[in-house]
Amino acid sequence: MTLWWAIVATCAACYALKLAGLSAPRRILDHPGVQRFATLVPVALLAALIAVQTFGHGQALHLDWPRTAGMGAAVLALLLRAPFLVVLAAAAVVTAALRHLLN
Amino acid sequence: METTTRSSATRDGLGVGIAVGLSGVAFGAAAVTAGLSVAQACALSLFAFTGASQFALVGVVAGGGNLVAGTAGAMLLGARNSLYGLRMAGVLDIRGWRRPLTAQGVIDETTAVALAQPDQESSRTAFLVTFVSLYLTWNATTLLGALGTSWVADPAVFGLDAVGPATFLAILWPRLTGSGPEARALRLIAGCGAVIALAATPFTPPGVPVLLASVAVLAVILRRPR
Repeated sequence: MTLWWAIVATCAACYALKLAGLSAPRRILDHPGVQRFATLVPVALLAALIAVQTFGHGQALHLDWPRTAGMGAAVLALLLRAPFLVVLAAAAVVTAALRHLLN
Repeated sequence: METTTRSSATRDGLGVGIAVGLSGVAFGAAAVTAGLSVAQACALSLFAFTGASQFALVGVVAGGGNLVAGTAGAMLLGARNSLYGLRMAGVLDIRGWRRPLTAQGVIDETTAVALAQPDQESSRTAFLVTFVSLYLTWNATTLLGALGTSWVADPAVFGLDAVGPATFLAILWPRLTGSGPEARALRLIAGCGAVIALAATPFTPPGVPVLLASVAVLAVILRRPR
């Protein structure tokens, strides 16, 4: 039963966090400093996610070769101006292929 | 022209929604392996619907950890969605009864695909398509993974763990590779954000490194007041 409480609390908190940002008062959203911050902050967060999801493993940093190579393939596809979905496919296919070969 | 950008927004949204959504299999399997019931796994995907937080709670349960700490960890990971909400409030401009529904969709992937679009109309389309396709896929595959822990394959075998970071990279790319002071500022923010997050990873609980990356924005704003 306690596990259910943790799940309900997690669901409620995660939803409230989403709603809080979206419902910020107009007065705050219209402030130039807040606008500039809100425009730029996804860039910092997404760059951080790229780094952490590529090189992080829990609280440790480690180099997962297949995944790193997959990200390399994505960079190559971007340099070749490949369409968006081709970039995702390149990352997945290279990662999967190397994992298969290395196992 | 408008139809072209909107249909490409739809295509991008479906691609990300379905590809990332398939990882729900991993969540469902991890949840049941950790000791959650199928209903508990599905409840998290339906109502929390933010992958990193869900995995964090389940990881604590699996390790026999403190449930309060597990919930707190999930909240730290979910806090970045508030920051996305600040940005998406202006893009989506949604009021009334639709806002509580829309809020459930404010996560990494939907924000990323929406912000990659050239205009507001296609941003809205991209948000909606990514949200709906990701929500449906994520919940269906959570159920599959939870029911069939033994026979469902690990998504890592298909390289799906690279799809998330590749999505974010593909979306940031055009904004970072431009020339001019704005692109230089964005490169600085992205570079600092990534370095801060990696440096903080060994020393802070999961979720905190990505939040700390937002400091990079403050540094750039304060350096170049506007």
